[in-house]
Amino acid sequence: MTSDLDIFVGNTTLIDEEVYQLWLDGYTVSEAVSRRLRGGLLERSGTSVSVLQSDTRDHFRTFQMLERLLHSPPRLCQQLLFQIPPPRQAALIQGYYAFEPALARELLGKKLSKGTKKELDEVSARTGLSLRACRRQFDNFKRVFKAVEELKGPLAELIQQHFLLPPPLARDYAAIVFFANSRFETGKRRLQFLSFGDLAACAQHMMGHWTQGAMTPEAAEPDGDVPRSFLQDLKELKVLVSDKDLLDQHKSLVCSALRGKISVYNEMETNFKALSRALVNVGLKLPHPRDVRDFFVDLVEKVLDPCRSDHWSLGDLRLFLGSYTTAPRALGGFRHQLLWERYMAGISACLLRMYHE
Amino acid sequence: MPGKLKVKIVAGRHLPVMDRASDLTDAFVEVKFGNTTFKTDVYPKSLNPQWNSEWFKFEVDDEELQDEPLQITVLDHDTYSANDAIGKVYIDIDPLLYSEAATVISGWFPIYDTIHGIRGEINVVVKVDLFNDLNRFRQSSCGVKFFCTTSIPKCYRAVIIHGFVEELVVNEDPEYQWIDRIRTPRASNEARQRLISLMSGELQRKIGLKVLEMRGNAVVGYLQCFDLEGESGLVVRAIGTVCTLDKLSNTSAFLPACNSPSKEMKESPLVHPPSHGCRSTHNSPIHTATGSRLTQNFSVSVPTLIYTGMGSGSAGKEGGPFKTLLRQQTQSALEQREFPFFTLTTFPPGFLVHVGGVVSARSVKLLDRIHNPDEPETRDAWWAEIRQEIKSHAKALGCHAVVGYSESTSICEEVCILSASGTAAVLNPRFLQDGTVEGCLEQRLSWQPGFFSIGSEKGEVDFFPQSQDSSSLLGIEEASPPGCGFCHIPYDELNMPFPAHLTYCYNCRKQKVPDVLFTTIDLPVEAIVIGKGCLIQARLCRLKKKAQAEANATSISNLLPFMEYEVHTQLMNKLKLRGMNALFGLRIQITVGENMLMGLASATGVYLAALPTPGGIQIAGKTPNDGTYEQHISHMQKKINDTIAKNKELYEINPPELPEEIIGSPIPEPRQRSRLLRSQSESSDEVTELDLSHGKKDAFVLEIDDTDAMEDVHSLLTDAPPPSGFYSCNTEIMPGISNWTPEIQMFTAVRVSRLGNINLTNQTLNKNFNDLCENLLKSLYFKLRSMVPCCLCHVNFTVALPEDELVQIAVTAVAITFDKNQTLQANKAPTEKSQQRASTDNEEQLQFPLELCPDPLASQPSLPAKEVLEGATSQTGIPAAQRATSIDYSSFADRCNSWIELIKLKAQTIRRGSIKTTASLDKTSPLAEGYLRHRSVPSCTNSTVSVVKMTPLSFLPGAKITKYLGIINMFFIRETTSLREEGGVSGFLHAFIAEVFAMVRAHVAALGGNAVVSYIMKQCVFMENPNKNQAQCLINVSGDAVIFVRESELEMLPVQPSTVVSQPTSSGGDVTT
Repeated sequence: MTSDLDIFVGNTTLIDEEVYQLWLDGYTVSEAVSRRLRGGLLERSGTSVSVLQSDTRDHFRTFQMLERLLHSPPRLCQQLLFQIPPPRQAALIQGYYAFEPALARELLGKKLSKGTKKELDEVSARTGLSLRACRRQFDNFKRVFKAVEELKGPLAELIQQHFLLPPPLARDYAAIVFFANSRFETGKRRLQFLSFGDLAACAQHMMGHWTQGAMTPEAAEPDGDVPRSFLQDLKELKVLVSDKDLLDQHKSLVCSALRGKISVYNEMETNFKALSRALVNVGLKLPHPRDVRDFFVDLVEKVLDPCRSDHWSLGDLRLFLGSYTTAPRALGGFRHQLLWERYMAGISACLLRMYHE
Repeated sequence: MPGKLKVKIVAGRHLPVMDRASDLTDAFVEVKFGNTTFKTDVYPKSLNPQWNSEWFKFEVDDEELQDEPLQITVLDHDTYSANDAIGKVYIDIDPLLYSEAATVISGWFPIYDTIHGIRGEINVVVKVDLFNDLNRFRQSSCGVKFFCTTSIPKCYRAVIIHGFVEELVVNEDPEYQWIDRIRTPRASNEARQRLISLMSGELQRKIGLKVLEMRGNAVVGYLQCFDLEGESGLVVRAIGTVCTLDKLSNTSAFLPACNSPSKEMKESPLVHPPSHGCRSTHNSPIHTATGSRLTQNFSVSVPTLIYTGMGSGSAGKEGGPFKTLLRQQTQSALEQREFPFFTLTTFPPGFLVHVGGVVSARSVKLLDRIHNPDEPETRDAWWAEIRQEIKSHAKALGCHAVVGYSESTSICEEVCILSASGTAAVLNPRFLQDGTVEGCLEQRLSWQPGFFSIGSEKGEVDFFPQSQDSSSLLGIEEASPPGCGFCHIPYDELNMPFPAHLTYCYNCRKQKVPDVLFTTIDLPVEAIVIGKGCLIQARLCRLKKKAQAEANATSISNLLPFMEYEVHTQLMNKLKLRGMNALFGLRIQITVGENMLMGLASATGVYLAALPTPGGIQIAGKTPNDGTYEQHISHMQKKINDTIAKNKELYEINPPELPEEIIGSPIPEPRQRSRLLRSQSESSDEVTELDLSHGKKDAFVLEIDDTDAMEDVHSLLTDAPPPSGFYSCNTEIMPGISNWTPEIQMFTAVRVSRLGNINLTNQTLNKNFNDLCENLLKSLYFKLRSMVPCCLCHVNFTVALPEDELVQIAVTAVAITFDKNQTLQANKAPTEKSQQRASTDNEEQLQFPLELCPDPLASQPSLPAKEVLEGATSQTGIPAAQRATSIDYSSFADRCNSWIELIKLKAQTIRRGSIKTTASLDKTSPLAEGYLRHRSVPSCTNSTVSVVKMTPLSFLPGAKITKYLGIINMFFIRETTSLREEGGVSGFLHAFIAEVFAMVRAHVAALGGNAVVSYIMKQCVFMENPNKNQAQCLINVSGDAVIFVRESELEMLPVQPSTVVSQPTSSGGDVTT
């Protein structure tokens, strides 16, 4: 005797968090059943495998029906079909939009396109996530990206409103959108040591310091959230390295400020010009879409690597960047003080986050 | 022109994309009532249109208001081709037609399409202005209230309970009309939905007319059913109990909680009260059976059973099915009303005097295809026949009334089984009707003058103390009279209608009681129960040859008595196996299919303190000299004994030791005495010994003479008890559990199984069916495991045989959590024995001790028992118990008045403390926590969806129902031609049932309510054709929309969540951006 039809519908939709997680992880019903069996559920509740199967199928069906609504979380809260208590709704949304940092790390800076989606099976193999889970997470990125693409306002808040996500998760999505917009190269081997958390933090710093006001992206800037005017202005910073006098003055100001304060003073002194050139050049490249992709590579290769090989401590780096940023205040003939400090604030924050001793 | 219906279309949201090119929709709305249609403007290019229409006004008769549903159609405008329908909303405006219910319908309704399901939502406001109409010949019955609840609704008081009302309406099924060949499935479904909506409106109106005729103002226990008879037509029938209800005035004190301003504003004088000036000219309304083709050319009446306690001793043998022939019974002189039936299952205290047992009647009819419009009333005649039979069964049991009455049908092709069942009972006539009203009841006056002398007191004595302020029983319990009166036999001991073993009541020792009692009603609140109850089911399949017409009907009717007998035996065995002695809420469903019959009986077993301890079950082998066989038998016997012992422990059945004096009491029959003696020793002895004692005398003997019998015994033992922390029952309340916490979860589960194999025998069928039911229960327990400790209440199984080898089982029930710790405490407390109603109704609880001792003798030890005996044995034609009852009524009223005073005083002092404990409970329960968090979590509070609770029970634990908003009675059809794409049959039905729930909730919310009580899914007809990738399902649900207030909130500031909803635009339907 086989059951063709087997359903359970509660007035309040029943949601089993464990099964939800299995569904989110992309397991099929039978895989989920065997996982639940391994969890010892059978012994604890004294039931049979067929009951477990029926229960799992039922939950999976419910989740499939819910999925359509989860694509637009405010609708989940307004719809009448499933009666779900609001805390549960929030948990469902959070679970659905949660992602694996490893996957996000893989996708950072890539175009959220069909082509990328096709490469997901490789990503799946690398991260150990099931392809289905990868696809869901990829689609989430893409959906969030599309939803806020043409909106004005602080990115993280927009995402929070449209997808009812908890603030930390919304900030991570904002970072993903930021990367998708600017398409920084992050996949190089040299950059593999940077985790998603590192890069997301960098994105947040860049948005925090460089976008207008709080971080209002200007309209008609499909390529990035950093205002074009700011990027154009960065060209003015060239004097700091192109003008020999200024460079020397800058160096002596920094050296006098740091003498005796950092352990790697000599190394700093010898490397100063190279470091300064690298730091300024990164900014000079930012206005050019083609060169932007090298942003992180440059920072790592030209700034962080030399520091690391000279055994700078994180404290040394922090002190150096601090006085390096403030020193130009005393530079006669340098008029772009505000621009400089805004630029360096973002760069410093990124560097400090990225510097793993 | 007695009424004006006003409709406003406000907005839509989440509409489907109808124009692929633009991914948008140009939506407009048609509003149709009767033959009038209005349209809104087209709101171009939006999925969230804001129509904000003017008020569309329909000026109509109130007759039309009652019959017609308001039909709202959402369409997509198309310049070049025909407009595409998006979906419809049907709104039953009946709740707006009586003054005490809803005054406005306003809210978001799901837009429903029979092919696509729910497609977005629409916000609508509906109002009705009624003009007073004193036309004495009017055909409408506005103002009569309808309740599905099978007890007196919580905020009302029953002045008079008039009695039975029934009506049926027939029509052709649009699905079978010739036009169906050329119209689309959608058009056909919609025609059907509309017709059924019309028919049920008409039916309700006609019932209302009868109510007015009987001078009542309400129908309680209203049960409306559809019979889809295929080609021979569509029958909508309803039964109910007519009452005159008074709204309890002081409930309004609690109302500020729920009276949002919009609710109260329309209590205008225009809303006319039920017209008492109306006197219809005809005695019974005429059936307008338009185009009925029902005829009867063949009918088999099936010998029916009377279930009562015919259990013990060798009753296994003699208690076969038999037809009651004893019509020359006691009350031959009694000319009563046509059908003294009551659909109620719970009664005001004191109403139920004695219970005789279950009476049921079945009849097999052949639906004829021959068009015969001359006989529109065939169906009426069929039912009348059955009711007559029920009535005579009741008479045979010495009862003048039938309570807990219900009717059902099972149809397969052209064969139809009509079933009716109820519980024969003796009622206290003071509630029924008094002599001043000329009704169908005058005869009753002559019936028992002793009774009637007090009947006129009605109105002076308040039997329904308005005591919302009371609370627990604790303070008043001791003085309450023993709750055993209803168990005492109503029939004459020496002239018993069936063999039964009578003993003296174990509670009062004054009256005789049967050894087992079966009933269809809920456990009376005053009943004294030991331990907890449990769900007991008997399941049975019988193969039958495929046959046509008469041959088929004959073979079915030949099988029926055997099925009834077997079901009864199974129930009896299972009851004994659990060490219990009474069944409540018994419902036997016999379903007919092409090649088999299925029987499913569900009931709640309990141990009534008044009834004797049940004997065990003994197995007797046929071949005593075979050693291994003997061993096997004794092994089985041991297993059975172990099970009984285990069950007694599980359900906490520890009957108290009998006091010594009993032994010396003047009980004449030695047999009885020995019984008493033995049962005393039983309760004190070790379990094993107890079982041995069962074996000797009055244990229930099961003879194993063939393998079939062996199978039966095995199957007895396969019923697994629910996992720990779970209890289940099919009645409203679980005996032995009283401290419910407010978390509830109503659910519907459906399973369809293929029996597959062709070489089926009755045995394998039985086993399959049994497994199916057991597995279903198991999976329910598993699903709800997070709610433990909890009880599944009102577990309602429905079996259908949609196709040859398919069995469909649908279960609707509610899981309610309770506080385990308090249970233990309560058990220690003196309240242990008493059955409490869930904490919701303080009212009810106060009533309990007031229940006025239906048998005053019992509480008056001064009366010598001898006199009672004389009464019992005298053959005056009046059952002893009744006679005894009538003695004491004069002093009765006085006593109860002083009682009320006393209790009110006590109740007030108790009240505060008890409500506080509930409040604190509330906070610790996860649900309440969620509720609180709901207010504080910002992310989801832009939700405008209010929570609507649904329950098949008549109450909500931990809450108080403050207002009834009207009956919900909805019928939906869903069809698909892309079954696979919608997730197969499971996906299809899962979505559909979720949609039905959503639509019910939306209607309740729009009425301003926050719960549906007495919810029932009356029909779920599912058909599939996997080869064509098609499926169709019809669902019919009903219930009462109510407003409830949490008891904990009564003290705090009570903000109705529902008020938020009724303001459509306030909180903004749109996403906050």
